[in-house]
This record gives sequence, C-alpha cells and structure tokens, in this order.
Amino acid sequence: MRWGVVVFPGSLDDRDAVRAVERVLGDEAVPLWHKDPELRGVDAVVLPGGFSYGDYLRCGAMAKCAPIMDAVRAHARAGGLVLGICNGFQILCEAGLLPGALVRNRSLSFVCDVVTVRVETSETPFTFGCRPGELLSLPIKHGEGCWVADEETVATLEREQRVVFRYVDRAGQVVPEANPNGSLANIAGVCSAERNVVGLMPHPEHAVDRLTGGEDGLRLFRSAQAWLGRDAAAPRREPSVVPGP
Amino acid sequence: MAALVARVYVTPKRGILDPQGKAVQHSLHALGFGEVADVKVGKYIELRLRDGAVAQAEPRVRAMCERLLANGVIEDFRVEVAEERA
Repeated sequence: MRWGVVVFPGSLDDRDAVRAVERVLGDEAVPLWHKDPELRGVDAVVLPGGFSYGDYLRCGAMAKCAPIMDAVRAHARAGGLVLGICNGFQILCEAGLLPGALVRNRSLSFVCDVVTVRVETSETPFTFGCRPGELLSLPIKHGEGCWVADEETVATLEREQRVVFRYVDRAGQVVPEANPNGSLANIAGVCSAERNVVGLMPHPEHAVDRLTGGEDGLRLFRSAQAWLGRDAAAPRREPSVVPGP
Repeated sequence: MAALVARVYVTPKRGILDPQGKAVQHSLHALGFGEVADVKVGKYIELRLRDGAVAQAEPRVRAMCERLLANGVIEDFRVEVAEERA
C-alpha cells in the first residue's frame, strides 16, 4: 500500500508517520510537499500533526489554501482514504472535508498526555479492523483540540454513526473527567459522510512501538491495509471505497 | 475612486465556548471591574484595498471572510469598508 504524507511548513509529525508506514507496516511512504499539485497515485493521504503555517489566523486555516489541498479534495471526492491527525484534523475541518471545528482547549492549557479513546464504529477504513467499543491508548499533545459544532451537526453525526473515537475512562465510560479538552460529547474523532475521510486529535503514528509507549496506533494503519485488501478481493466494489485516480 | 480600508471584526459565535473571554473576565473582576458581565475575545483584521468603490469592495471582503478570514462554524464577522483618509 502507498501512503502519501503531506508536509506543510510547520508540520512536525510527518517523520513519525513515515516511520510508522515504512518501518513498522512495511508499506511505501511517499512524502508530499504542500506545493505539489498531485498525490502521485497514493492509496491513502495522511495530513500529519504540527503547526502548519505557524497556526496563523486559525489552526489549519492557511493549510486549507495550499495547492496540494485541491488534490486532497479530489482524492476524497473519489473515495480515496484520508487520515488527518491533530493539526491534520484541524486542516480537514477548515477545508470543509470534515464537520465541526477545533477551538482552544476549555482549560486554556496545552495538554500533553496519554488518553484512552473508544472506537465507536468499525465502518471506516481506519477502524475497519477494530471492534466497536474497543479501547485504544494514544498520546495527545495540543492546545486547540476542543471539537465543537452546532447541535444539528452533532445530532447528524450521532445518527449516522460518524463519531469514530470518543475520550473515555479506563473502564470505557464517557465521563467528563476523561475529556482532555472540552470537546462536545467527548468526541475525539469523526468521519465524512462517505466515511473515507477520518480525523482525530490523538496521535496513532506516535503509538506504533512498545518501546515508546504502546502500539495501539497501529490498529488504524492496519485497518486501512485490511480495508484496501478487502476492496481488492471483493468482486463488486462500493463506489464510495474505490481508491482515487 | 480612492484607496479603501476594510475593517473586519471576527468574534466567537454565540453559544460557542470562549474560554479566553471567560479568563479575561475573571482577571478584570480580580482588578476590581466587577461590572463586567461577559467578555468575548475576537480578532481585528485591517485590509488596504487598491482604488475602488465601496459598493463593489464590500461583497468581496465578505467573500474573503466566508472563505478564509472567519470560520462560520465558530465565528461571526462584521465588515466596514471606507475610503482611506490621506
């Protein structure tokens, strides 16, 4: 599988994403530059964490105007896989590819921690190999991770099971104490209506090795491999999961 | 035709949590300004536009707000366009 990892000026976690893809998954990582006009035929695009364009104006606001984002939009429209992590999630929300927005943490403090998230649906390429209700331990590090949206949007997401991850306690319960940033309904990640675009604040690419704090993040990457494998094996493919051109 | 100045005020939408505003309110209370009932912290953006007419410039500045300067999910904006005084 070919993974494109987009580098914006100010991206930080692109190297960990490349490392996860190449050294842990054994897949091919294709570095993509924010000025690139196209995605070089990758199966999945990762928008990594960091502080693209110095978080000027709003987190992700500048990045959504980058030349490569037209190609990311086209890839998403064609059913291609897109994963936005932290700043990548912020960029996808700013670009209108995911609903809601990420604002300053309710505490006003930058949080750096390990959280437990519950997988709410296995009906996305990045949770395909997980059980709904499965708990993952993933690191977070952000100042603007409070996910907000209007009531109607939240109701739509709940109805369509598009909340992908929720912050929970170790028993798997959605409680306010488990919410690190004030996100509505403890939401840590969501997906698009077509389910091929997923964004989350926690960092799966930092959790791919037991030596450095656990490997629960691999579940997301391996899910995408399995999803594409299923795709190739199935005689009839749903249009929404056909990889982009 | 004259050079124009567009003043854009971006504020958190009503109902959207503004923890920064709350913190500023607390500090003002601590300084003895107990009359402060609410604080919203937003952004002020000033644009200088090449020579043009206010009537044509206004919708374009509004479009800039909708597409980049403000995020409609979380923010409201207000635009004032005027001729620049020498």
